Parts: sequence; structure tokens; C-alpha cells
Amino acid sequence: MPITIPPIDLLAVAPEIAVSGFACLLLMTAVFLKGKGGWVNACVALVGLAVAGWFALCQGAPRSAYSGMYAADGFTQFFKIIFLLGTGLVVLVSVKYNEEENMNNGEYYALLLFSTAGMMLMAAASDMMTLFLGLELLSISLYVLAGYARNRPGSNEAALKYFLLGGFAVGFLLYGMAMIYGATGHTDFAGIGREAARGADNRLYLVVGAVMLLTGLGFKVAAVPFHQWTPDVYEGAPIPVTAFMSAGPKAAVLAVMIRVYAQSVSFMHVDWLVWLSVLAVMTMTVGNVAALVQSDAKRMLAFSSISHAGYAMVGLAAATREAVASVAVYMLVYTLMNIAVFGILALVARKNEQRTKMRDFAGLARSNPVLAVSMTILVFSLAGIPPMAGFMAKFYVLMAAVKAGLYWLVLAAVLNSAVGIYYYLRFTVHMYMDEPEEKLPPVKASPALVVAIALSIIGVLLIGVVPSAYLEMAGRAVVSF
Amino acid sequence: MKLNQYLPVLIMTLAAIGTAAGMILLTSIIGPKKKFDDKMEPFECGVSPIANPKSRFSVRFYIIAMLFILFDIEAVFLFPWAAVYRSLGMFGFAEMLVFIVVLGVGLGYIWKKGALEWE
Repeated sequence: MPITIPPIDLLAVAPEIAVSGFACLLLMTAVFLKGKGGWVNACVALVGLAVAGWFALCQGAPRSAYSGMYAADGFTQFFKIIFLLGTGLVVLVSVKYNEEENMNNGEYYALLLFSTAGMMLMAAASDMMTLFLGLELLSISLYVLAGYARNRPGSNEAALKYFLLGGFAVGFLLYGMAMIYGATGHTDFAGIGREAARGADNRLYLVVGAVMLLTGLGFKVAAVPFHQWTPDVYEGAPIPVTAFMSAGPKAAVLAVMIRVYAQSVSFMHVDWLVWLSVLAVMTMTVGNVAALVQSDAKRMLAFSSISHAGYAMVGLAAATREAVASVAVYMLVYTLMNIAVFGILALVARKNEQRTKMRDFAGLARSNPVLAVSMTILVFSLAGIPPMAGFMAKFYVLMAAVKAGLYWLVLAAVLNSAVGIYYYLRFTVHMYMDEPEEKLPPVKASPALVVAIALSIIGVLLIGVVPSAYLEMAGRAVVSF
Repeated sequence: MKLNQYLPVLIMTLAAIGTAAGMILLTSIIGPKKKFDDKMEPFECGVSPIANPKSRFSVRFYIIAMLFILFDIEAVFLFPWAAVYRSLGMFGFAEMLVFIVVLGVGLGYIWKKGALEWE
């Protein structure tokens, strides 16, 4: 009995293979170097990411691989680069922190790489099965990472909360997938779209399935009202892990949403748009208002990350090619600036994360002026003040929404941005105008952290000053799908 | 549809039921019957049926059980592969080799980590 083997396209999945392979290698260095491998582990992880990035860059012509389960197109490529960049920055941020917290071992970096592989699979998924596989690989690694500071009760609480609620949300996601499959008989996005466009008789199941899918994805991207886990988990997890969680996975889920939307659910244009718009408005507003009243910087950044997901969803709701490209650029910029801000927070928090309050930034301008200026640039970018990239990213998303005629949605986003400026500038106020409550030795950034912060500041300024190049790049990426 | 294709399955099912039922039947008929208190207690893996539920187990039990399930399930994948090995050819061999290597990395990790040591 001959068995036909589906064509294998190793080049398409080469980045995932590279990242997973290096993760396995890290597991080996973890046990064979025992304890003395802190720097080695980080270097192996960085090399792995670089190799994967190289493979991602020479991916070749846009195509569909593995019988339509995997899309190797420009869109995938763009998001893969975002994830690899983000994880690279997180590795750089982690080195010193992990050394101090005594968690600088291979497993940590291996888990980072495994979840990166999951994110890349998600961005490339053109089938529910690939999507689910990627999402689980990402989530399970993240559950472990959230509890990585084993001796801290907060970290344990974060891991358990994330695990229980995450498992619950995945239940919704799977049930939604089952419903959609039941209604259309397809698991690939294109097939679902075709079947649905024909005007299925099982429209009810399809709609219920799509709502459940949106619930599951909404949980993962921390959209209001599925966001309750976010502040606690982000606060409890070790800072580099929080930085990782707040950037990459969000971009991955947004990539999935774009693909699901663009390839399959566009048949119910109206419903989907209204849901997304309502979600976007709620997400922006709740995120911003809650961030206003936080005194803990980690918690505040958690809420700020919720509101940023809301801005990105405005672009999703606009749903034009232009909007999708602007969302991709937004995620790139957001990844760059957010991880670096968390890196600085990790430094200010000192050993054992004792000082994560906003107040603890007081006097930073005097004790470490360079760091204070860096932080100022980054929070200005987060707040969306020109000429930083955060402004341009937001501007393009909103422009796309205006062109799509979503005036009220744009109005909500602009009002929210104004609110956001207030709490982001509190960092600057504390750094430049407040006196520290107690005398502490000045913080000093490790070389790895300096590289991470420098890279993201260069990125933020470059994209802020010449955004059109990046937007064109993202535009080309979107055209190819 | 040809039902006689399913004949082996039917025979297999009957044989399975027959073996299980036969064993129980035979032991209850020809087995010696000596009744005493300890023997009449419900029996579950050597654990006393009535005990304080708050007693503590060594976490090693769970680690070993978890690892066993992981490797057990991964071994299950080898059977269908072995059954169609010839028609899969070199490709199937290479794929399984990759799978085994990944499995080996896992085994090496837990071994070196000391998860298999009881002490």
C-alpha cells in the first residue's frame, strides 16, 4: 500500500526548526554546564534567534506549505522578525536580572525559545490545527515562565492564575473551532471562508463558533472584558518574563486575528466589525482609566499594554490592507519600546523586585542621567508623542481607520491617547522632579541591558523619523497574502 | 460495504471478552477459598482502603508517573510507524529518527537532572 507523503517544505519552517533545535541544545547546556553557564546560555539563545532570523529573511517566494496548513508569505515573515527581535531583546534584558535572582539557567532560555517557536507557528497558521498547536506551545511555555521565580509567592500565584484562566480560555477557543468545523466542514481558513461565503445553512453555529474563537483570542491578547488575569499575572511574573508576555504573544494573537479575519470570517463583515470595534473601545478605555490610578509601575504597564492592544484593534476593525500594514508596524514599534521600558524597570526594581513603585523612579535623573533620558524617550514613545515611533505607529493606525470611515472609533482612540499621556509622564515627573525617599547606591546598567536599550531607542527614533520605509515594508508584506 | 472485513475484529473482541471472563470464572470455580479478615478487605495497589486522606506522598511518585506517561505515549507512536515502515521508506526512517532524537534529548535532560533517582 503506497502512502503519499505531503510535500515537505523545510525552508518555510526553518525558523521554527532552528529555534526549537537551539532550545533543545539549551536543555543540554542546562544540565551539562550546571550553574556556571549563565552567559553561555544567553549567547546560545541569541545565536539561535539570529539563525532563525536569517532563515526567516531568506524564506523565498510567498507560498502555502503542508497542504494549506502553513502560510509562508511576507506577512508571516514580517511577524516572525518582530518575534525574534522581541525575544532577542528579552534575552538581553534577562541576563543580569536572572543572575541576581539566581535563575540564569538554560531552561529559562529554552522556554523563551519554545514560546517563540509557538508564536511563529501562530503567525504562519492558515489552518485551525496549526493555530492551536502554536498557541499551546506558546501558552504552556508562558505558564512555566510566569512562575519562574519559584521563591516568590507572587510569581507562583501568577503562574497558577495564568494557567487556570488560560486553560479555560483555550476551552472556549477549541469549542469555537469545533463549531466552525461543524458548520463548514473545513479547518483551513480559506476553506472556511469559501464555505461561509456560499451562505451556509448552519450560519448560527458559524456565528457562535466565531464568537467563541474571538473570546479565546481576546483572552490571549488581554482585550477587555477578558483581561482580568493580566494585571495580576504581569505583576507577579519576573520582570523580563512580563516584558516578553506583554509584547510577542500579543503581536502573535493579533496576527492570527488578522489572518482569521482576512481569510475566512470576512463573510460576516458587519458582525465581526462591530464586535471588534466594541472590544477595541472597551479595551482602550478600561486599560487607560485603570492605568491612571496605579501606583505600582509594573501594574501600570500591564494596564498600558491592555490599552495598546486596544489601539491595535482599531486597525483590525478598519480591516483594509493599509490598516493591517499599520497594525503590523504598530506591533513592531510596541515590541521595541515596551521591552526596553521593562528592562529599565528591572534595573530600578533592584534585587528581588523590591521597588516596582512609580515613586522608586524618583531621583533617577540625578543618579543615572543617561538612563533617565532613555526612559523618557521610551515613555514618550509609549505615550505617542512625536517624533518618537509610538506617535507614527498610532497615527498610521488612526489614519487607516479614518479612511475606513470609523470616525467614532478614532475619536475614542484619540481621547484615550490624551488620557495615556498623563500617566506615562508621571515617570518623567518622578525621575526629574522628585527626591528619592531613601539613599540607595545608584543603579548601573549591565552591558547586555545597555545594548537592549540602545537598540530599541535607535529603532524607536528611526521608525519615528522615517516611518514610511517600515510602513512600505509592512505594506509589501500584507500585499503578498 | 463488506461486513466480513470486520470478522477479525469480531473474533478479537470475543477473544478479549472470553479471556477476561474466563479468568474470573475459572479462579472463582477452581481457586482455593480461605477467608480471613485481611483478605476480605477491598484491595487497591497495596494501599489501605481506610486511611487519613491528609497523609503526604512523596513528590517523586508524581514525577515518575508523569515521566512514565510522557514516554509511554511517545512510544505508542512507534507502533503505527513500525507497521507501515516499508511503505514509508527512507523518509519515514528519517522522520522517526528526528523524533527519537528529540525524545533522547528529553530523556538525557531528565536523567542528568536527577529526576530518575529515587534517593
